Amino acid sequence: MASTMRGLSVFISDIRNCQNKEQERLRVDKELGHIRTRFKNEKGLTPYEKKKYVWKMLYIYMLGYDVDFGHMETVSLISAPKYPEKQVGYIVTSCLLNENHDFLRMVVNTVRNDIIGRNETFQCLALTMVGNIGGREFAESLAPDVQKLLVSNSCRPLVRKKAALCLLRLFRKNPDVVNIDGWSDRMAQLLDERDLGVLTSAMSLFVALVSNNADAYWNCVAKCVKILERLARSNDVPQEYTYYGIPSPWLQVKTMRALQYFPTIEDPSIRKSLFEVLQRILMGTDVVKNVNKNNASHAVLFEALALVMHLDAEKEMMSQCVALLGKFISVREPNIRYLGLENMSRMLMVSDVQDIIKRHQAQIITSLKDPDISIRRRSLDLLYGMCDISNAKDIVEELLQYLSTAEFAMREELALKIAILAEKFAPDLSWYVDVILQLIDKAGDFVSDDIWYRVVQFVTNNEDLQPYAAAKARVYLEKPALHETMVKVGAYLLGEYGHLLARRPGCSPKELFSIINEKLPTVSPPTVAILLSSYAKMLMHTHPPDSDLQDQILAIFRKYESYIDVEIQQRAVEYFLLSQKGAALMDVLAEMPKFPERQSALLRKAEDVEADTAEQSAIRLRSLQQTSNALVLTDQIPPNGSLPVGQLNLVKITSQNMENSVEQGGIEAYGAVGKVDLEQAPSPDLLGDLLGPLAIEGPLALASLGDQLNTVQPTVNIEERFNALCLKDSGVLYEDPHIQIGVKAEWRAHHGRLVLFLGNKNVSPLSSVKALILPPRHLKMELSLVPETIPPRAQVQCPLDVVSLQASRDVPVLDFSYKFGDAVVNVKLRLPTVLNKFLQPTTVSAEEFFPYWKSIPGPPTKLQEVVRGVKALSLPEMANLFASLHLGISQGLDLNPNNLVASATFYSENSRSILCLIRVETDPADRTQLRLTVASGDPILTFELKELIKEYLISIPAPSLAAAAPTAVPLQPESPMIPASNDPGALLAALL
Amino acid sequence: MIRFILLQNRQGKTRLAKYYVPLEESEKHKVEYEVHRLVVNRDPKFTNFVEFRTHKIIYRRYAGLFFSMCVDITDNELAYLESIHLFVEILDHFFSNVCELDLVFNFHKVYLILDEFILAGELQETSKKAIIERMGELEKLE
Repeated sequence: MASTMRGLSVFISDIRNCQNKEQERLRVDKELGHIRTRFKNEKGLTPYEKKKYVWKMLYIYMLGYDVDFGHMETVSLISAPKYPEKQVGYIVTSCLLNENHDFLRMVVNTVRNDIIGRNETFQCLALTMVGNIGGREFAESLAPDVQKLLVSNSCRPLVRKKAALCLLRLFRKNPDVVNIDGWSDRMAQLLDERDLGVLTSAMSLFVALVSNNADAYWNCVAKCVKILERLARSNDVPQEYTYYGIPSPWLQVKTMRALQYFPTIEDPSIRKSLFEVLQRILMGTDVVKNVNKNNASHAVLFEALALVMHLDAEKEMMSQCVALLGKFISVREPNIRYLGLENMSRMLMVSDVQDIIKRHQAQIITSLKDPDISIRRRSLDLLYGMCDISNAKDIVEELLQYLSTAEFAMREELALKIAILAEKFAPDLSWYVDVILQLIDKAGDFVSDDIWYRVVQFVTNNEDLQPYAAAKARVYLEKPALHETMVKVGAYLLGEYGHLLARRPGCSPKELFSIINEKLPTVSPPTVAILLSSYAKMLMHTHPPDSDLQDQILAIFRKYESYIDVEIQQRAVEYFLLSQKGAALMDVLAEMPKFPERQSALLRKAEDVEADTAEQSAIRLRSLQQTSNALVLTDQIPPNGSLPVGQLNLVKITSQNMENSVEQGGIEAYGAVGKVDLEQAPSPDLLGDLLGPLAIEGPLALASLGDQLNTVQPTVNIEERFNALCLKDSGVLYEDPHIQIGVKAEWRAHHGRLVLFLGNKNVSPLSSVKALILPPRHLKMELSLVPETIPPRAQVQCPLDVVSLQASRDVPVLDFSYKFGDAVVNVKLRLPTVLNKFLQPTTVSAEEFFPYWKSIPGPPTKLQEVVRGVKALSLPEMANLFASLHLGISQGLDLNPNNLVASATFYSENSRSILCLIRVETDPADRTQLRLTVASGDPILTFELKELIKEYLISIPAPSLAAAAPTAVPLQPESPMIPASNDPGALLAALL
Repeated sequence: MIRFILLQNRQGKTRLAKYYVPLEESEKHKVEYEVHRLVVNRDPKFTNFVEFRTHKIIYRRYAGLFFSMCVDITDNELAYLESIHLFVEILDHFFSNVCELDLVFNFHKVYLILDEFILAGELQETSKKAIIERMGELEKLE
């Protein structure tokens, strides 16, 4: 109690009485010094004092001061026998430490004992701390105990609701801790719960489970609908669970959220009941005076709207929803207006209501001028989402206008969105150039380089556009105060295409040159570099040569030959020399070749922005479901579904053209430009975009090309396929709508031969087929030639030879790509060349086994570990698993029927063959833990084999090794047992 | 999911900070500073929601105190907004007519109440009665 902790109150008062920050700091330092001394001399410290100091530390911490000691004392209070100290220990630990803190490891056992103990209060404290700051380690060691509490009949609701949320935390840390098979039934039972507190917690757990795998929980759909009915009718809802007259709005919201993870609800009667409830919510929610009641009822209403949209309700109900949203976006109440705008954006993602929403365009544009930035952001998002070719001009015009008044925080996003909309929905190309130049003019600081690179790409690839763009650039360059980005793009365009304007007034090479050259003294080195290239281009384009202009330009080159920036210096020297070459200059400085077609870096950037959320959002899941199995180019973001007619396309270029231009030397000429950009480019992707022709030879561009266009979805679970092939030698490794890759493997000692079967499923050929093997260090691999094209409906075989050099669990990766139509598909597949393929089961007699086992004394060649969280396997099942891993079971070596002994020979080129011995001791009382011992002559092999077996025992190997890292508790030294000489089992036990 | 809950006064003094995601200390200080700046100058006529990095802050002001929750971008805003109010009602009931001083001198109680109300970043109990009764039980144990 506060009254009894006088010291704490006095301290808080002291702090409050401090006149200024300095005094406060002095007081805090004094207190910290005092606590530190007291903690150092722990002997005289009563539990009460400890408790008081720990609270004080939390208070100081809350004030924003670093508390870098006393964590140990805090954590140790958790082990205190009495409630008051234990409580402080738990609460302050969860505030001061986070899941990554080492000190937490010390208390895993205490926490577990509190959870499985009989003291309900301690259970609650432990569950609360684990629920708030438990990490992976807690997940693996505590999940089973927490699950037991959750479904227990003897626990009070108080404990069970905490157990539900604690389990939710553990599940988020490691989804494997909830075994789906067993859980769907238990979950269904939990949803029958009458206690609304437990049900609220259980529903949160349920949302997390279904967001991960809805298919496993179909049996719960009807229960959710029942809960909604119960709440909607206020049936059996105690007064204490109604909030301003509304039956637990939070539970209603959570339940409707859970239902959004199910793709659809087929069962007609369930569907009917659900729609009745939803209809009642949609129609029955009125605006009332009381703010809290209003908020709560609208929380439910908005969730109902989301669910209706998700379920693809009948047209009538949908238009009812849009009408409601239309009403909301024009109300005064800011929260409701905000949510109206937000939900309209969401609606765009899931259903075909764009036309109805367009009717509200004017209203939405008004919100773009709202004083509240939150509303402006929602409005911007919605305008961005609803933009298509029909309204692009209006919307982009509005956004450009808004750009001049928007605050700093929004300008960059706004600039990016304008650029993207202009690119995606330009009714004509000249409009696109206009918009981007305006954008640079108005908000140059916020126009990233990719935006002007993109303009250059479009102009380069569309000849009709070139004179227009050059003329525009000239107009802008004449303005007095210019953003440097404008100088860059203007100079680039005039250098490349200025000669196309030669006949227009004021556009002679000399005049253009002087317009650009005016900027030279004021720009930064990267821009100077671009200007120099422009001058070189102008020189080349001037026919007949103008000796006056030539002199001026050469003088500039000369001047920069000794410039301090190396890049500029080099350009100056090279351009000067090139300009002496006469006609050869024409070849070297020829016009830039066209860029290959690829996805805009801008669009990619826009797609990359993804929020980090605890549960994958239902809407996003759904949009993923919709696009899978179909060949969709990334440009077609779901919100703007159909491809607009006028979408700009970069002109495609054949490889023939490309080679020509390489020969012409276009690349050398711009090599210098390329280098500068390389140094400045914020990411390698930009390079791939702007410097297409250059990068085509480099691996960089290939990689990014593959990544960005990779939208063909596999039709099999790659993970599952790989796992299956780890245990067998033939099967399908990968499949998508176009290709199937099968594998057949043979293993002989340290040699292996895999044959990849590449089958084209289409009636047209697959081109640009490439397969690259990325072997780990411990394997030598050689892939035979893969044909560039796979004919229609044909299958080609590519043998792959493997030699094992050393033991390792790393696997090789097949980097596979092909082209179908315009889409490049690139996948990286793990090949099932796993450690166990180089094992051969060996039967060992007791005479051979024991001397060898004894001769290996301990780490690092013999390793032992207690493995917890093991899949509950019966011994025969485990023996089967071992057999599939090529480990030979030796029957009768261990007399204890709960143990298994196995052996195998591992082959590698470096060490030929090594015998490995394995022993597993299981606990019949607790199938989730066992003791595993592995011995072999090679420490690396011992370790890798032990880890491999562990991975299989714990669960199916996870995609990354880190994710699969199981808990391993180092073995405690045990007192040796007395060996009975003629009992091999006892002998073995004694040796361990 | 609630990422964190902050209780700050107008001057930016933290009265309660509870994090349900692992953040380093320096990051916590930064978050507290930024959230305070974000909410303190907003007009009362504005929405109670404001975007914060890749999440959003749902906040509400009671006299000189700001209650802020950081939640996922897809979460139901109004439901969290009302959970703040429910929390305030619980505090009000527990301290009978709560004021900032109650929360300062009894900050440890506030943490206890919060632990009965929210766990693992999710609502645990929405019955005021249940929480008040539970607090009564716990007081007896001290």
